[in-house]
Amino acid sequence: MTAGVIRPMMGRDSQFFWDGTAIGELRIQQCNACDALRFPPGPTCVECGRFDRGHVVAAGSGTVFSYVVHRYPPVPGKELPIVIALVDLDEGVRMVGEVVDVADDEIEIGMRLRVDYRRIDDELTLPIWRRA
Amino acid sequence: MTLYRKAAIVGIGATEFSKASGRSELQLSVEAVQHALADCGLSADDVDGLTTFTMDTSSEIAVARELGMKEMRFFSRINYGGGAACATVQQAAIAVATGVADVVVCYRGFNERSESRFGQFSVAAASQVNTNGLDNAWSYPMGLGTPAATVAMQATRYLHEYGATSADFGAVAVADRRHAATNPNAFFYGRPITIEDHQASRMIVDPLHLLDCCQESDGAVALVVVSAERARDLKQRPAYIAAAAQGSGSDQFVMTSYYRDDIGIPEMGVVGRELWRQSGLGPSDMRMGILYDHFTPYVLMQLEELGFCGRGEAPGFIADGAIEVDGAFPLNTHGGQLGEAYIHGMNGIAEGVRQIRGTSVNPVADIEHLVVTAGTGVPTSGLVLSV
Repeated sequence: MTAGVIRPMMGRDSQFFWDGTAIGELRIQQCNACDALRFPPGPTCVECGRFDRGHVVAAGSGTVFSYVVHRYPPVPGKELPIVIALVDLDEGVRMVGEVVDVADDEIEIGMRLRVDYRRIDDELTLPIWRRA
Repeated sequence: MTLYRKAAIVGIGATEFSKASGRSELQLSVEAVQHALADCGLSADDVDGLTTFTMDTSSEIAVARELGMKEMRFFSRINYGGGAACATVQQAAIAVATGVADVVVCYRGFNERSESRFGQFSVAAASQVNTNGLDNAWSYPMGLGTPAATVAMQATRYLHEYGATSADFGAVAVADRRHAATNPNAFFYGRPITIEDHQASRMIVDPLHLLDCCQESDGAVALVVVSAERARDLKQRPAYIAAAAQGSGSDQFVMTSYYRDDIGIPEMGVVGRELWRQSGLGPSDMRMGILYDHFTPYVLMQLEELGFCGRGEAPGFIADGAIEVDGAFPLNTHGGQLGEAYIHGMNGIAEGVRQIRGTSVNPVADIEHLVVTAGTGVPTSGLVLSV
């Protein structure tokens, strides 16, 4: 376990996502029955109600829907300030992610981003975002 | 059938509001309950129900023991942080209106400044072994894990969509602090601010300045609820509960409902529609409001969700002092959680009761009805109180 890192709770319904980031895949839950995408994942398909789920690998590009610049208070494992965005993936789902190479006065709604990965340790790799 | 005027808040009590109470959270809650009972002339022997927040660290049985209550017929908890505030009163109202209990006390007490600080990054919230912990896996590890940051994400989008400015948020802080300045019980008694002070205060999480964020506080508040019939025989003028509602929106999360098209606070729209349905009243019948103000942007968004103005119109609605005590629609006349104290919305309900009684330090004339809301960004609740 790496000190100073906020670790995500993982469970049967979300493990596939973290297994994906570990090998450089950004996985989105997809219903095997009706093809509906869902993020965050869960046991059910909210479109058709079935429990028959798989996933697709996202292209890894998206657009800033909103963002913040976090300056205070301290965040474990982070050097502040950090830019955090809501990213609308091209596939149509939305994720929260840290944007690592855009200055706090340059980030803006509509900016195009691409995903990258930050390996923390054997158990955790976080998706991060960079300017596309 | 609705809850309309079936129950009333007849007693209010509180501790002092501070940054270091010097006593246990349990003691704070018990003190507040004792004050609330004394306020309406009842005793612990009369109380047969207690209700609080799921988050509260003092269980109903612990409070009952300290009060010397003999038996309890009704006890309940409401989840989702500050969203529980008005829902505790709803629980009590339902209980006394149906005869499940006769006298129910709602309480909330904490050392939220001197002990577990709510404004800090909560590692515990990210590691809860339940679905809330799993939900937080999609934000906390990415660095988004303080209340201010989760609200700022919605605030950025609000500014973008409606062309609002940080100064529009600041108008809420200025009104709150003006009201707190004349409230001896407020932490910021005698300390009003200007919009220039707001704009010059340091950035916490862009676009939120320090003065957009409520304070962390120690203290407790309690409210005594009885049936309308019983209320008529007690010491104080009753604050009748014309409506009491809860609301949760579609694809709801705790503070991070970011995955729906509209990342605003539609759960407060659910509360509003239910308040107006139960009471048969509407926004134009409300003389004033106590709107939950842990962060200023949510006050604007609530005015829109409750129907006081259209989407994106709140900056105009609150302009030119309209929400100050001498304005067209005063808000948070106790100073709000930015000015008086952050007691998870329960101190705002107490102020609503004082306005109905005519005992507020910042009285608003000619009140028949007012609206009170609970925490936003979470499943939430609201009340309409009437004379």
